[in-house]
Amino acid sequence: MELTGAEILIRCLQEEQVEYVFGYPGGAVLFIYDELFKQDKVKHVLVRHEQAAVHAADGYARSSDKVGVALVTSGPGLTNAVTGIATAYMDSTPMVVISGQVPTGAIGEDAFQEVDAVGITRPCVKHNFLVKDVKDIAATIKKAFYLAKTGRPGPVLVDIPKDVSNHKTNFEYPASVTIRSYHPAGKGDSAQIRRAAQMLLEAKRPMIYAGGGVVLSDAAAQLADLARLLNFPCTNTLMGLGGFPASDRLFVGMLGMHGTYEANMAMQHCDVLLAVGARFDDRVIGNVAHFAEVPRNIIHIDIDPSSIAKRVKVDLPIVGDVKLVLDELLGVLRGGKQTPDAAAMGAWWKQVEDWRAAGGGLCYKNSTEIIKPQYVIEKLHEITGGDAFITTDVGQHQMWAAQYYRFDKPRRWITSGGLGTMGFGLPAAMGVQMVNPGATVACITGEGSIQMNIQELSTCKQFHLPIKIVALNNGYLGMVRQWQEFFHGNRYSETYMNALPDFVKLAEAYGHVGVRIEKPADVEPALKEAFARKDDLVFMDFRTDPTENVYPMVPGGRGLSEIILAEEL
Amino acid sequence: MRHIISLLMENEAGALSRVAGLFSARGYNIESLSVAPTEDPTLSRMTIVTSGSDAVIEQISKQLNKLVDVAALIDLSEGEHLERELMLVKVRAEGAAREELKRVADNSHGRIIDVTEHIYTIELTGSCAELDDFLEKIGRDLILETVRTGASGIGRGERILKL
Repeated sequence: MELTGAEILIRCLQEEQVEYVFGYPGGAVLFIYDELFKQDKVKHVLVRHEQAAVHAADGYARSSDKVGVALVTSGPGLTNAVTGIATAYMDSTPMVVISGQVPTGAIGEDAFQEVDAVGITRPCVKHNFLVKDVKDIAATIKKAFYLAKTGRPGPVLVDIPKDVSNHKTNFEYPASVTIRSYHPAGKGDSAQIRRAAQMLLEAKRPMIYAGGGVVLSDAAAQLADLARLLNFPCTNTLMGLGGFPASDRLFVGMLGMHGTYEANMAMQHCDVLLAVGARFDDRVIGNVAHFAEVPRNIIHIDIDPSSIAKRVKVDLPIVGDVKLVLDELLGVLRGGKQTPDAAAMGAWWKQVEDWRAAGGGLCYKNSTEIIKPQYVIEKLHEITGGDAFITTDVGQHQMWAAQYYRFDKPRRWITSGGLGTMGFGLPAAMGVQMVNPGATVACITGEGSIQMNIQELSTCKQFHLPIKIVALNNGYLGMVRQWQEFFHGNRYSETYMNALPDFVKLAEAYGHVGVRIEKPADVEPALKEAFARKDDLVFMDFRTDPTENVYPMVPGGRGLSEIILAEEL
Repeated sequence: MRHIISLLMENEAGALSRVAGLFSARGYNIESLSVAPTEDPTLSRMTIVTSGSDAVIEQISKQLNKLVDVAALIDLSEGEHLERELMLVKVRAEGAAREELKRVADNSHGRIIDVTEHIYTIELTGSCAELDDFLEKIGRDLILETVRTGASGIGRGERILKL
């Protein structure tokens, strides 16, 4: 029997076991929405802005091991989605975005709501397709899901012209897919892995530096086994948090611009560095030349060869899936008799502990007068047992969340690391809650970021999503204000948020619960009460110290050991 | 340093723009780029002449390989290879210069493929450097129009880029 393109698309999504599609209807996707209406296997979540659809699909994917799916119309639907797509691309989220397009005959004629979707998204997708023939829909969707989730994951866009979604053809979903020009890495090179094992065993000052690749590859168990087997210190990037348990004594905290003193010093001064699914980006190692001043051997495991030797010279590259490579590396180490040099390791750990003491750990001066943002996160950790799914927006609150909510499990920490997208947190939390019903989901945000996708409070109401919004409201675009204080002579250009809405009333207007917390003594009771309300979205508006800064800090363009600690200022 | 990268890619709409977009987005140089389908019409062969440090060239190769449409890639300049470019050049050929131009063209294995009372159009194939030399010999005063295809490259002997 012949089916329309729209019917075929929905059947494909069913075949891919897609449970939720996050989207927004429009003219070019009318046939697709009509088919969604006629079935109930694939459920649709109606967002209030296409950017939110993509972030929700992103949160859905990051907090599970599934591919996120978003559906938007042509033109403005697609352009609104671009920020979400770029966010997913930078953080390697497996995602399929389906966009409507004007009918094939109108393409190129500046038709109503026409935009070159494939052209606009090309630099921020893993791959994209324009489907010009209904006969190609099934194979293209199959390829899109395959590309999105294999190798280094990423968003794939499928642009479907309106007429194609209404043309008919026979439907057969391909059982398998091969793309002759695409061969994602799997196992690593065994000889390289044996060399890596030897290099690790001979290290005097070893360090493990693990990124988001560990989370994406579901390799947290392997990473923990490796670090414990060798007794090596381990740090996580922002994206890698939860990939190694923060409560483990081997964990030296997050590294980078707002990383701990001990993590940054150990990174700078180690003699053998094992980089696992991380990419040495500018927020992580600061100044490349400064980093290179200390000689060290770098072993780099990554599934994407282009991440290796991009910013720093690598001595021992291993291209492969992190989990498979770590499994093999563990096998080699367990099979051999050699162990790390105990004396050297003792001295190195003493050095690391000295740095830990010298840095004073993560610390802030608490107050009984004014709420310190770090205190809110600490209490949040306590009250949720450290087991909540945490999404964030971007800025100071994001860094405090990364520092003070000590993640022990992977896929609990959902943040826009690469692109740094304000407005990510609330819609991402919707996707997280959808795929983890019943779980505790909190969105840590600021009064600036939350307003970038505040309309999603409406979606949360419609779909009964009991997300807890922890807004650290200091009245400023805090991270920008901090840079203005440090580097621009206290000239707070356009960072004061005048005329803020009453967030309590705003939450209530959307049918939720709102609460304002102004005193430190009220923080804990407010959090307890909010998290006890299992069925309600609670918007907590914490009025926090507007002068608080994020420490430690490696200023932009500086070296890791040029870190500024709180007491130095 | 100058490199010639040769690649096979799916002959699909938009494939060329993925390569061109990659170079502009990441700030890589393109000296020339030429592309056409192969004996297998589903595949295009592209030759890119670029320049950069070893680290940059390594990244260019990796980034190109990462494009889903790119099926195979080789840096021809890493080994023995042949490089040819086609040029059509239209020159003012009047009076005594006509004889001289004919002689210069013959010496460089150029062919005069169109002749009018005042103009020669010369076809010349060679390495990029040979074409540069030829233009210099003629001199800019006489040149009316120049069209070059950009280099096409192929490995010598057993060095083959094929799926």
